[in-house]
Amino acid sequence: MLDDTSRAILRHLQADPSIGTPDLAERLRLSPSTVTRRIERMREDGHIKGRKVLIDWVALGYALHVSLRIRLDKTNPRAFDDFLTAARDIPEVLEIQTFLGRVDVRLSVIARNLADYQQIYRRRILALPHIDDIESLMTVSTVQDRRALPL
Amino acid sequence: MNVFDETDRAILLALSKDADQTTAQLGRKLGLSQPATWRRIRALKEAGIIAGEALILDAAALGFGVTVFLGVKLSTKSRVSLEDFERAVTAIPEVQTVEHVLGLYDYRLRVIARDLADFERVLRRRIMTLPGVGDVEANVLLSEERRPGPL
Repeated sequence: MLDDTSRAILRHLQADPSIGTPDLAERLRLSPSTVTRRIERMREDGHIKGRKVLIDWVALGYALHVSLRIRLDKTNPRAFDDFLTAARDIPEVLEIQTFLGRVDVRLSVIARNLADYQQIYRRRILALPHIDDIESLMTVSTVQDRRALPL
Repeated sequence: MNVFDETDRAILLALSKDADQTTAQLGRKLGLSQPATWRRIRALKEAGIIAGEALILDAAALGFGVTVFLGVKLSTKSRVSLEDFERAVTAIPEVQTVEHVLGLYDYRLRVIARDLADFERVLRRRIMTLPGVGDVEANVLLSEERRPGPL
């Protein structure tokens, strides 16, 4: 487990991933070499896997975001594998999650507009194998999107 | 920005996987000069297509083993109740994302916890006590895959 110093560094990095080491060191009242060493250590240990940019799909013209909650026909032993393999081929699918609960799989799908969504839904989603039932939730607004950990 | 072209697509795809690479490294891969790469990234940021950066952490290695998605229905609906709910729910550190949705539920929450006992604590003490909270459905995340999207 991480100690308080490393956790504090992670907290600041999570809040501002592009912060420079000198700024980070100053905020935490640590020496820059300590901060560098700690970050390197957390990367080596696999706690920090890297950095990525976040894409705003709305700015790219994808105004709709739909969450499809799917129940699969589990009498077929290949239901999950077949379904997941086919879902990966749909470009508009951003996330594929599997669950324990009332829902088996959730697909996060984006579309340019309702007409575009209808095309994707009819031609691609409904063609996916082993679907028992689908429920859709359309995102009205994202109140908060913070994938940060409560460190 | 000018038209979003194939090179911009390639830049976004590369940076959405790894934002640690330098513009020179990225440019070499795409056959672009470092200044040209930098100008394109700046344009993508100015257009809001690159919305920010995020640290990629290994949640399990940091002690967070359980992610649960909650579908929440409010028992009373008014402008004030939505605002109260949103204000209170975004103050819970374990709640990572909050989406206002249209469909079976009013809100969709992504909650992270150390283990199931920790999740139960969050659910009972923080979620069930939120103002206006009605029905809550929980689905425990088993696996998650992020796809590159239509790039």
